[in-house]
Amino acid sequence: MAKHGYTYSAGKLLKHGLSSGAWPRMWRRPEARSSYDVAIIGGGLHGLATAYYLAKEHGITNVAVLDKGYLGGGGSGRNTAIVRSNYLTPEGVAFYDRSLDLYNTMAQDLNLNVMFSRRGHLTLAHTDSALRTMHWRAEVNKLQGIDSSVIDEHEVKKQAPSLDTSKDTRYPILGALYHPPGGIVRHDAVVWGYARAADHLGVHLLQETEVLDILCEDGEGPEGKGAGGRVTGVRTNRGDISAPAVVNCTAGWASLLSNMAGVTLPITTHPLQAAVTEPCKVFLPTVVVSGSLHVYVSQTDRGELVFGASVDPVGTYRVNGTLEFTEELAGHVLELMPGISKMRLLRQWSGLCDMTPDYSPVMGTTQVDGYFVDVGWGTYGFKAGPVAGETMAETIATGRDADLIAPFHISRFTEGDLVGEKGAAAVGH
Amino acid sequence: MIVVPCPNCGPRNSSDLRPCGEITSRPDPATASLSEWRTYLYLRENPAGWVTETWYCRSGCRRYFTIERNTATNEIRDSEVS
Repeated sequence: MAKHGYTYSAGKLLKHGLSSGAWPRMWRRPEARSSYDVAIIGGGLHGLATAYYLAKEHGITNVAVLDKGYLGGGGSGRNTAIVRSNYLTPEGVAFYDRSLDLYNTMAQDLNLNVMFSRRGHLTLAHTDSALRTMHWRAEVNKLQGIDSSVIDEHEVKKQAPSLDTSKDTRYPILGALYHPPGGIVRHDAVVWGYARAADHLGVHLLQETEVLDILCEDGEGPEGKGAGGRVTGVRTNRGDISAPAVVNCTAGWASLLSNMAGVTLPITTHPLQAAVTEPCKVFLPTVVVSGSLHVYVSQTDRGELVFGASVDPVGTYRVNGTLEFTEELAGHVLELMPGISKMRLLRQWSGLCDMTPDYSPVMGTTQVDGYFVDVGWGTYGFKAGPVAGETMAETIATGRDADLIAPFHISRFTEGDLVGEKGAAAVGH
Repeated sequence: MIVVPCPNCGPRNSSDLRPCGEITSRPDPATASLSEWRTYLYLRENPAGWVTETWYCRSGCRRYFTIERNTATNEIRDSEVS
């Protein structure tokens, strides 16, 4: 097995602790070349994973990853780090399950501890209709060999004793979809692991490099953009870079970048807010999600409770926090776990989510030759990162949409072949 | 918090209303092809800047109205009943 860069160990920690020697940098800061085989826009988990698998699986190493800020500063550093594969559609289940497989072996592959904790995942049902959807999901999951089943409120209490399972609450817990392989991962470590490994294989990671335009020719729109054309490169704040393949791996700004290539996306951008409490002793052994209460919660290894919610209802690119969110979150969390009423929130933050009409991503080739998209990641981009990288790399290397992502092609919107994943991907329904 | 000026009810918190999204041009349902109709249904410009959009005053006068909002700053220009 190829080791990607420096190995971290107790011995190294002791050595660096006793000396004042700096740790080696995890990746280089290269000068940009004037041309690459593949230019990937967006230095988050998806862009870095795509670069890594292009280099590792397909031997394509003349690759640049361009980010207008720093690596992992967008959705990759703002999500709530939950992974699972108990989706509703067969297409979704197969796709996200491959991602869980990759997360399972990631620490060995990338030679970096990503702190994957396979602790189990509970999706609570508070209504008969929610319970019916849980049964539906459980059956779809079982058919594809996913460990997923519906449990009653007594079993829920055993899994997570801090939950209030009494009948005299506003939304009594009737049961839950239990998914033992689900869990949480240290999201920054995943970004750093892919970045370091991609860099080690020769990929150029170009930070503070903002794409201002996507250069096209022979398309039906203005400046040769749009359907029937092909990309020739990108214009950045550091000059033009020519590339026969340009990949849009952005979240939040996916529509703006795609419009630069003349490809309109089925996306509206909404902020999603999250919050974290002060650390306390570990008492919550699983990930807990409640659709009716619009909240999901897990406890990190440091003991902090991480909360997420549904997206803000008003589409906007502004990522400020709101008091409404904090109030609603606190109310809902205390309905689930009255025992934490004295805990204080440490901070709240917000990230941008590209919502699609069917809650599935938009991936693969487009009507512009050489322009690939890996966008529309809504609230489920983190758990899909590794498989998105693997399948996008295959699509770019072969020029043909990989089997796992063929259902997510952009043409499904004009052909009326949507992959309705709202029942398993949204908490606000 | 985003304060939206309803032409009938005055300034309201956005959570009192329902945003119905950017206004797109609707093709004639009698002559539009399926693909044109689906393009109208699903595809969005989604700009970071000024958009003209429809809102529904769900807990006030229950009228639909149009405003101009800057999606990068949430600044709002004017409103009219549609």
